[in-house]
Amino acid sequence: MFQTILFYVFAAVLVGSALGVITSRNPVHAVLFLVLAFVTSAFLWMLLEAEFLAIVLVLVYVGAVMVLFLFVVMMLDINVEAVRGGFVRYAPLGLGILAAVVVMLALLAWQKTQELNFLAPPAPAPASYDNTEVLGSVLYTQYLYPFELAAIILLVAIVAAIALTHRRRAGLKQQDVARQVAVKAADRVRIVKMPAEGQE
Amino acid sequence: MGVARGHPSDTVNVLIGSSMLENYLPVLIFLGIASVLGAALVSLGFVFGPRRPDSEKLSPYECGFEAFESARMKFDVRYYLVAILFIIFDLEIAFLFPWAVSLDASGMAGMVAMAVFLLILVVGFIYEWKKGALEWD
Repeated sequence: MFQTILFYVFAAVLVGSALGVITSRNPVHAVLFLVLAFVTSAFLWMLLEAEFLAIVLVLVYVGAVMVLFLFVVMMLDINVEAVRGGFVRYAPLGLGILAAVVVMLALLAWQKTQELNFLAPPAPAPASYDNTEVLGSVLYTQYLYPFELAAIILLVAIVAAIALTHRRRAGLKQQDVARQVAVKAADRVRIVKMPAEGQE
Repeated sequence: MGVARGHPSDTVNVLIGSSMLENYLPVLIFLGIASVLGAALVSLGFVFGPRRPDSEKLSPYECGFEAFESARMKFDVRYYLVAILFIIFDLEIAFLFPWAVSLDASGMAGMVAMAVFLLILVVGFIYEWKKGALEWD
């Protein structure tokens, strides 16, 4: 009962913050609403007893991905009013797509709940249940191939990010430590023998 | 909802429903206190604070001279590169946690699997080092 109340409270906050993402005029506020949405979905995952995934959601999405979102929002420097200009013109199309999505989701949810009626809810996990350990015991053996694929995808992400954003800047003065160390006194100072002035 | 009856020690179970989630009850209480406290402090200031705005108070403040441009400015794309490289290695760390906890269960196979995983990402790390992506200039 208490869990159900918690679920509805968190779900309401989640829906409200998701609405805030698409309705707030300031893009930075929209990103902060998205942070709240991620945090509340982490709570929902925690209610599903997926504690590791819930903490990783906060760690990766709130800690890192949202920083990236903020950077992008600030880098793009969008003129929000110009983007909102075609609202009335595109509203019918948007409402049509929305109606289609809602109908599909409702059909899917109805079908799934019909199936689920025959299943008993899973028993709650005991207090000693360690979601992280259970996950780890299958991730590195049974799901080895997807796990190594994840490494490849991360490698591709590294290469892509560097290829897209890394530029050598022209006219930059840089220190080359190896050349600094390798320099000899003979390369820098030239001793010239000449008669002293003022004599003779 | 595992509602247990007849056990005096299960009164919390009636409230929470699940044993594993009981471990997170302090987190929930902390969360509730923190949000109530935060909302209370902000709204107290909002209710009792005097508000006498004028054009000078509401104008953007820049120290020592007249404000000459919007405070919102474009970031250098290099911040983005640093952030995205951070995310990738953050994800790598996230994969290390369950591995470290369950090394007894996965054994040598898990050890080799993680070695291959780390090797692939070390290739990426050497790439970004050699490309100079870790240097600011």
